[in-house]
Amino acid sequence: MSQKVLLSAKEINIILHRLACQLIENHLDFSNTVLVGVQPRGIFLADRLAKVLREEYGIENIVLGYLDITFYRDDFRRGEKPLEANKTNINFIVEDKKVVFIDDVLYTGRSIRAALTAIQSFGRPSEIELLTLIDRRFSRHLPIQPDYRGRQVDAINNEKVKVMWEENDGEDIVYLINK
Amino acid sequence: MSQLSVDHLLGIKYLKAEDIELIFETADHFKEVINRPIKKVPSLRDITIANLFFENSTRTKLSFELAEKRLSADVINFSASQSSVKKGETLVDTVNNILSMKVDMVVMRHPNPGAGVFLSRHIDASIINAGDGAHEHPTQALLDSYSIRERLGEVGGKKVVIVGDILHSRVALSNIFALKLLGAQVKVCGPKTLLPKYINSLGVEVETDLRKALEWCDVANMLRVQNERMDISYFPSTREYTQQFGVNKTLLDALDKEIVIMHPGPINRGVEITSDVADSKQAIILNQVENGVAIRMAVIYLLASKIKK
Repeated sequence: MSQKVLLSAKEINIILHRLACQLIENHLDFSNTVLVGVQPRGIFLADRLAKVLREEYGIENIVLGYLDITFYRDDFRRGEKPLEANKTNINFIVEDKKVVFIDDVLYTGRSIRAALTAIQSFGRPSEIELLTLIDRRFSRHLPIQPDYRGRQVDAINNEKVKVMWEENDGEDIVYLINK
Repeated sequence: MSQLSVDHLLGIKYLKAEDIELIFETADHFKEVINRPIKKVPSLRDITIANLFFENSTRTKLSFELAEKRLSADVINFSASQSSVKKGETLVDTVNNILSMKVDMVVMRHPNPGAGVFLSRHIDASIINAGDGAHEHPTQALLDSYSIRERLGEVGGKKVVIVGDILHSRVALSNIFALKLLGAQVKVCGPKTLLPKYINSLGVEVETDLRKALEWCDVANMLRVQNERMDISYFPSTREYTQQFGVNKTLLDALDKEIVIMHPGPINRGVEITSDVADSKQAIILNQVENGVAIRMAVIYLLASKIKK
């Protein structure tokens, strides 16, 4: 097994600021926008982006939620282990809102497919966008593309992208691991 | 642990403490789901469940059916009173006929103790026991413990008294197993004629004075007197039963603490519990019903995740 660094802490920080600016460009004051971190790994990126938007760009009214997609996945009973659920924390209705899904890695697109179904339990959004830190562009199983991407990666199938966050894993870094 | 140690839910006595913890954690997620504007998830789209009720039920049947539908399973219902059982068909034949219609899971209530265990040896489907005679009613015990956990933070270390007809009650037996497994202290209280002879072998204490039992406990689970299972008279009169083992406001107000009152339903108002107690804030009877759906969703989900197709 070998691994190489895809993004360093400094690069992640620059990308976070760029993504924040791109979000502002499209959503201005966020008055009709909600950010939704996709459980389990998307919530760290969502928290970070909300923090940057709030603290560095002075956007006060950020609405942020976490969405668990476990019960909406299409691979229930296909894996070796049963799927373990995480907490959904959405205390708002997404009816007529602009929803931005936030996830760390976009790979097959199946998680986002599940998230698109799951979010419907909270209303009918006026539109849904997707923001992802890493886009593995040649690995998609479904016609799903990000609206905002941090870095595009041409990883092959037996490679794994691992995104680590300081608050959870001790440091900000993205690895490409060759199994 | 992310998987149950069993393939069927036949009784609490076959479960480990970790199984119950896993069911509770999963139920937490489903409780959030059933409080959403849209209360349904598509997890069990490809699962068909048969509800076989060989004995009457309102709440359990509705609760299971709702849980199954909230998980998007296909559901078929069967009640013995309207079926070929009356024509002399055996249990295994009835169930095998239903399974030929490609059913993955069976939820069964049956008047005979051990019916679920018997069935699990003869057929190839996941079985959930929804009550077998006076033996076990595992999902009721799970939702009771879950409701205690929700109200008091945890079950371990809590003092629970089960009051009433212990002899005929599957709810009592499953509750005793579940509470002991989770580390609670359990006493039973009722007329001596309605206490099983070997009750002490289950590790519970007996208290025949309701006042003392209430003073001791954190939670009182009031059971219904099961007249339909009584072939002889176990106490002189309903009035006398109520005087000795019925809980009322005066009795509760005399305690120096506020205990939690539970009841698995259906309530006989004015017999084992007065209306003012049943409708008070101390009573979590309707919370138990709500939690019943979440617990049953969790059990069905976890068992379904073990079905290989």
